[in-house]
Amino acid sequence: MAKVVVVTSGKGGVGKTTTTAALGAALAQSGQNVCVVDFDVGLRNLDLVMGAERRVVYDFINVIQGNAKLSQALIRDKRVGTLSLLAASQTRDKDALTEKGVARIMTELRDKFDYVICDSPAGIERGALLAMRHADTAVIVTNPEISSVRDSDRIVGLLDSKTEKAEKDEQIDKHVLLARYDAGRAARSEMLGIDDVLEILSLPLLGVIPESQDVLRASNLGSPVTVSNPASSPARAYADAARRLTGETITMTIPAERRNLFGLLFGGRAA
Amino acid sequence: MFRLVGRSFLAFVLSPEPPLADWIDELDAWIERSKGFFDSRPVMIDFSRIELEKPDVAGLLAQLQTRGLRIIGVEGVDPAWLGPGLGPLPTGGGSARVVEITDGKPSEDEDDPEPSEPEPTALVLDFPVRSGQSIIFPNGDVTVTGSVASGAEIIAGGSIHIYGALRGRAIAGSDGNAQARIFCSSFEAELMAIGGLYKTADAIEPELRGHAVQAWLDGEILMMTPQN
Repeated sequence: MAKVVVVTSGKGGVGKTTTTAALGAALAQSGQNVCVVDFDVGLRNLDLVMGAERRVVYDFINVIQGNAKLSQALIRDKRVGTLSLLAASQTRDKDALTEKGVARIMTELRDKFDYVICDSPAGIERGALLAMRHADTAVIVTNPEISSVRDSDRIVGLLDSKTEKAEKDEQIDKHVLLARYDAGRAARSEMLGIDDVLEILSLPLLGVIPESQDVLRASNLGSPVTVSNPASSPARAYADAARRLTGETITMTIPAERRNLFGLLFGGRAA
Repeated sequence: MFRLVGRSFLAFVLSPEPPLADWIDELDAWIERSKGFFDSRPVMIDFSRIELEKPDVAGLLAQLQTRGLRIIGVEGVDPAWLGPGLGPLPTGGGSARVVEITDGKPSEDEDDPEPSEPEPTALVLDFPVRSGQSIIFPNGDVTVTGSVASGAEIIAGGSIHIYGALRGRAIAGSDGNAQARIFCSSFEAELMAIGGLYKTADAIEPELRGHAVQAWLDGEILMMTPQN
């Protein structure tokens, strides 16, 4: 039976779409059959980050409204054969997502794939609630700053009350993924430390993704960072997180501050 | 069959006091500090602490309504003075109960009702209270084994005990119980209130932050002290 994972956060701009693409690609690279689904109707981005924006013919809304079959709307990744994308519609708004339609498509996706990863829109409105509705597991993307952590906490409350599992009195698995972490700034107390975040959210940690130019470069290339630069530190952190998601136990490596000679000489921070 | 469902909920009671102008100023200040506090909360007005003529009552109610207060009832004045839509308060209040009305004869055991379950007087929460969640328990004490997040709130008729960090709001003695207390293992609250008297984070000594703290009422003053 497929596992449905929602990537959510409450706050915008923390790295949900990047995480969806990177985790989805990492799982697919390990041989799992994966579909990433963009729930951000009206502000779709996952197609860009996956480099599939020129191949979208039918989208999620077309399938919901019966204008296309699911198999016609799924876009297979050119680099990783076991990875597919279901794009959101850019021309519609979130009201076009109906509860029944989403339920039907999620059931179909569960039959076809091992992992269905839902990229939630920001906020706590309809789109975000529908994205989390059918999830078995939630990855809560948080940046080490107080506003992001509080919004994540709000989302955790919703995951515990508004999902199908919660309504059946079952627990949804919840994990924190700390993105854009900068060890140097955390050490100088310019951002929250890992312990602070986990203490506030009281949830298990799925991974710590370092703040890195590699992530931005990958997004601009239209390629998940785990595909475009698998040796980079964010890609390795995402690959480890993906393996933890499948139930493996892997020692957590916390990205340390790296200083090059230039940085040491001038007391600055290495990029 | 026709079902009537009884529901109990927490309403805040505002008791205007003379001089009225000062009281309204204070209310405005409170609304300013706690924007949105009254948005989804029903309010009742108790006129028993102030003597007003009929037009003054109507004027005050109109003034309160323009501040966005949702007034559901009024007490302490002649009910005949009130306009449509505002009734006198029902007395008492109880727990949620389902009343089933059938159009047949009343059932036979009606004269001999089952003794109802005693109401629980304490609520224990074994999970952290998340931002945006509101725990309302007018019947007694609330104990939380985890933390109360920033943006969450606990409203208890009795005392509040928090074994984690208190980062949100704690409102104890919500029905006016001045004996209620608040205890927390790590104090980082946004607002503390007991028996209707409150302090916001700004008004609380910064030295208490991060410490285990007890709060209680000394007359009309909300006192707080570190616990050792």
